[in-house]
Formats: sequence, structure tokens, C-alpha cells
Amino acid sequence: MARMTLSGIKKSFKSVDVLHGIDLEISDREFVVFVGPSGCGKSTLLRLIAGLDTISSGEFHIDDRRMNEVAPSRRGIAMVFQSYALYPHMDVYENMAFGARLMGLEKDEVEKRIDEASRMLRLDPLLKRKPRELSGGQRQRVAIGRALVRKPKVLLLDEPLSNLDAALRSDVRLEIARLHREIGGTTIYVTHDQVEAMTLADRIVVMNNGKVEQFGSPRELYERPANTFVATFIGSPRMSLLNVERDGSNLALAGSGSVNVSRLPQSGERELVIGVRPDAMAVSTDENAKGFKGSVVYTEYLGENTYVYVRLGDGTLVGIRSSASVDLPPDTPVVIAVASEEIHYFSRATRERLAA
Amino acid sequence: MSAATESYYDRRGLLQTLGRDGLIQIILILNTIVMLGPLVIMFFAAFKTNAQIFQSPFSIPDFSNVANIVKIWTETNFLRYLINSAIVTGSSIVLILTLGTMAAYGIARYNFRGSGFVLMFFVAGLTLPLKLAIIPLFILMRDLGILNTQLSLVIIYVAMGLPTTVFIMTGFIRTLPNELEDAARMDGASEPRIMWSVMLPLVRPAMVIAGIQNVVPIWNDFFFPLIFIQKDALKTLPQGLTTFMGEYTTDWGVLFAGLLLSSAPVIIVYIVLSRQFINGMTAGAVK
Repeated sequence: MARMTLSGIKKSFKSVDVLHGIDLEISDREFVVFVGPSGCGKSTLLRLIAGLDTISSGEFHIDDRRMNEVAPSRRGIAMVFQSYALYPHMDVYENMAFGARLMGLEKDEVEKRIDEASRMLRLDPLLKRKPRELSGGQRQRVAIGRALVRKPKVLLLDEPLSNLDAALRSDVRLEIARLHREIGGTTIYVTHDQVEAMTLADRIVVMNNGKVEQFGSPRELYERPANTFVATFIGSPRMSLLNVERDGSNLALAGSGSVNVSRLPQSGERELVIGVRPDAMAVSTDENAKGFKGSVVYTEYLGENTYVYVRLGDGTLVGIRSSASVDLPPDTPVVIAVASEEIHYFSRATRERLAA
Repeated sequence: MSAATESYYDRRGLLQTLGRDGLIQIILILNTIVMLGPLVIMFFAAFKTNAQIFQSPFSIPDFSNVANIVKIWTETNFLRYLINSAIVTGSSIVLILTLGTMAAYGIARYNFRGSGFVLMFFVAGLTLPLKLAIIPLFILMRDLGILNTQLSLVIIYVAMGLPTTVFIMTGFIRTLPNELEDAARMDGASEPRIMWSVMLPLVRPAMVIAGIQNVVPIWNDFFFPLIFIQKDALKTLPQGLTTFMGEYTTDWGVLFAGLLLSSAPVIIVYIVLSRQFINGMTAGAVK
């Protein structure tokens, strides 16, 4: 069991506040991903959970036991570092044995655990090698193996894929997902890559500027983003945000005309931000079509589809997914139709989601 | 005629023929000769009689003539001096490296109030020539009652060696990744354990540099033993060798044999550790 409760966690370095009150409830066996732009505090939060930095204020519990002052090695946590941090002067076996021995395990128990971990991670042929004789992917596996040997209740991974080349990345990603299922502990994974987050996570914590913007399943985050930050952060290419004014059942965009929508937010605000994903829009060259007017800036041909980037009347650039056959030269005047049931509404003042 | 002009233009300067690297090679070779010359002469003279030394100082001697070496080994206190030097140098180096590495680790890795000041305090020691303080030091050692003991030398050498050692080690330890210590902390290693089993193997190249940096001047030091040691049984090699000058004013062969034997240990240590030394100097340059 490893249920983690973070309440009001704050962290400041000297006079700089890095985390402003984080509240999270992470259940047992959950795979949670912290995602956010660099400098948002996700790695700091991970280090606080690991116990490598002290919590400035707030409470951190694992299974109702207060962990604020507990030493890192006594929290039942193991961590895989971004640079792997393998001990360079020890071979793979020694790297894995170091922590296990320090736990005070019997010699044959250490051996058994290393055996188990190296089988699971296919490290057997590498046990006698030094870290510098390993490839990036192998080092990664050793770092994970070293963590597993300690049989942690919670496994922390700090951007584990960022030092691997693109081809290896998806392999290791699958591997990590498999390991999480096999080991059955709680896993916390930090990344700035939303694709990793979406594919791996049971639930995602989206962070920005030391705050949690939203905590939910990938589907929740994609389909019901809590605010404009989450809306644009999750999904690739990004969701377009348009500043519109409500006018009856029409939405008017400065310089681009207005569209009639079937679904509007319940609250009566006039000034709105609407978010539309690239596949919820369609480009038409027919001047009489209904929609926002704009002109093509450029098109990206990706084989399967083409992305058309259009500058609207108020200067906003929107990306639209079209069929691959579309080929529009720059400056072509176009009309963009919006699927009204797929519009996300946000308040212009608070940038928060408005229920429709 | 045309052939002559051609060959004139074909002729290239020294720099072009050899290239820049060639020129550097030549300078380095000359430098090597200048550096090794005195050593070679010392080596040759150790196998010569006085007369041979003055007749033909540069000739290659008969290496089977080891009379000088036998003489120095059996008829003088050479062995005693050698042991004294080894004791003083050895214990100084052990203390310098132990204390220096620990101090540097603390300064480089722990954030505490005044860590910058402590480092500057050590570095300030670099600017202070201890020889200037010889009279106060003498009074101090007299009052401590350790004149004429090896302890007085060791204390001074440690004080002299710590600034450079702390400076070198602090710089080196700061280049090592923090995540390694964090990993060891997660593994449950105590702080002394982290230093001993994780950091120490990694700072070894820097320790070799600091060690060599200190071994040579301490081993060769003449000044402090001269002031603090009067008992013949406690004299170090450089100091002891001067007694030959009195006793064997004319016997240069024996003196050179003594010099040869006294420089041998340092040269051997240097050769053995040179790989580590070079590794240490280029650490970080090539990843």
C-alpha cells in the first residue's frame, strides 16, 4: 500500500517561492505523471517527495504516516534520476547491490533481488560492465534496476526519457508501462512531454508556475480542460484560443465575422475565450460558407493530413487539420467552420472553464 | 634558368616544412633536453670518481662501478635520513589529503553560512610565504616543546599544503554531478559513507594531482629541517646530504650518488602515478 497525501506543500529557496501550496491525493498503484513547462516546479515537487529537499511548509503523508522529516531512504521510495546517476566506479551488479546492502539485507537476498531485477530488465549479460561501457538505453535500465532492487512502495522517475534518442524513447516508454503493471507499486513520473504523459498516466498533474493547474485522467484533461493553460498544453498541435464576444447565439470575432453556435455557456458572460482543437475546424475556400474569415499563412503536409495555418481578422493564428489533398497557397482567403459541440468555453477574465 | 626559379619558389620556410605542430615538437624536445640534462649528469656522476667527474663530466661512466653507492649506503647515515624523509613526507601527505579532501567536500557540497569565507581563508594561505614567519614559528615550536621533533615539520608542511589542496579539490568536487550523492542518499548511505564510497573514488585523480603538487616540495625541502632539526638522527635527506659536503668535500661522486638515491623515490612515484596525473588534468576536458 502506498497512498500519498500532499497538503499545502510549499517550497521556497531563500526568498524565491517555487511551489505555492500543492494539494494532491495519489492512490495506491496509481501511475501519476507530473507535467508542465520547464521551471514549473515539477522536479522540485518530486525532490520533496523523495526527501532530497526539505518541505518549507505543508504536510506530506504516505499511508497516514507523516513523512516531512523522514530520511529519504526510510520513506520506501526509490528514484531514477534524469542523468541516471550510476556510480561510475562500480559495475552494474555493484550499482544495484549498493542500496540493497545498505538496507541490511542478507547476502543471498541481495543476490536474489538483483537476479530478479536483471532478468526483468534483461541486464544479465551486462552485470560485469562499468556504466561507461553501456549505451544510453542500457544505463537507463540499470538505473531502473537499481531502484527496483530496493523493492520500493513508490517509484519516482525524473524525466527518464529525455537523454534517449527518439527511436529508443517509445521502447523504453512501453517498458516503463509494463514494469509499473508488473511491480504494482505507485509510480510518479516527471516529464515536460505531454505525449509521454498522455500515454503513460492513470492521472496527470499539470503544473505551471508552482501551482497545480489540473489533476485528472488524460481523457478528462483532453476533453474537459480546466483552464486555458491546460487546454493549450495538452494536445498537439495546440488548441487555438479565440477571443470572441457573445451576441445572442452568435459568437463574433473582431475582423472575421461571426458564427452561429448551438451550445453556449450557462453563465451570461459576454466576453469569452473559445478553444478549438485542429480537428474541430474545417477550411473552405467558398466565400459564402458560414464561419470565421481569414487568410492562409502556410500549410504543413504530413502525409496523412495537412495542417493549414490561417490568420484570422484579429491577428490570431489557428491551425486546422485537413485532408492531405488540401493544398492552399499562402494568402488564399478562406472561411473556417467550427463544430459547435466541440468548442471549449473559458471566461476571458479568469481563463477558467465555463460549463456549457 | 626556369628550373632554378622554380626551385627557388618551391623552397619553403622552416615553419611550412614542419608546420606549426612540428615547431612545437622541436621546442618540446629542446625543453626535454634542458630538463633532463642535469638529471642525466647527476646519474652519470654517481658512478664516477672525483677525478673522472672533473676530467670528463659528460662522458658515459662505467655503470658497474657502484663504489659510491655502496659507500653512501654503508658508511653514512643515508638510510636514516631516507627513513626520516619518508616519515615526514608520508605523514604530511596523508594528513594534507585527508584534511584537505574533507574540507573541500564540506565547502563544495554543503550550503552553510560562511562557506565562501572558509574557502577564501584557505586560499588566502596561498599568498602567505611561511618562510617569512620563520622566527615566530621557531618561538611557537619552542614554546610547544616540539623543536627537534619531526612533528614540528609535519605541522608546517600540512599548513603549507592545505591551501592548494583545498583549492584544487573544491574546484574538482564542484564539477561532479550532484545527482550521484542524491542517488546514494536515496540508497540509504550516510553522509560519511557517501564521501567514502561514492565521492572518494571519483576524486582520486584530483587527489593525485594535489599529492604530487605537495610531495615534491616537501621531499626536497631544506629550509625548515635546517631550522627545526638539529639532531643528526632526525635529519631529512636534503639536510643530511649537506653533511657529506663537509665530510667529503672532495668526494663529489658520493654526493651525486646520494642525490640520485634521494631523488629516486619521488621520480618513481611520479612515473607510477603519471597516468592518473594526466587523467586528472584532462578530466572534464574530454567527456
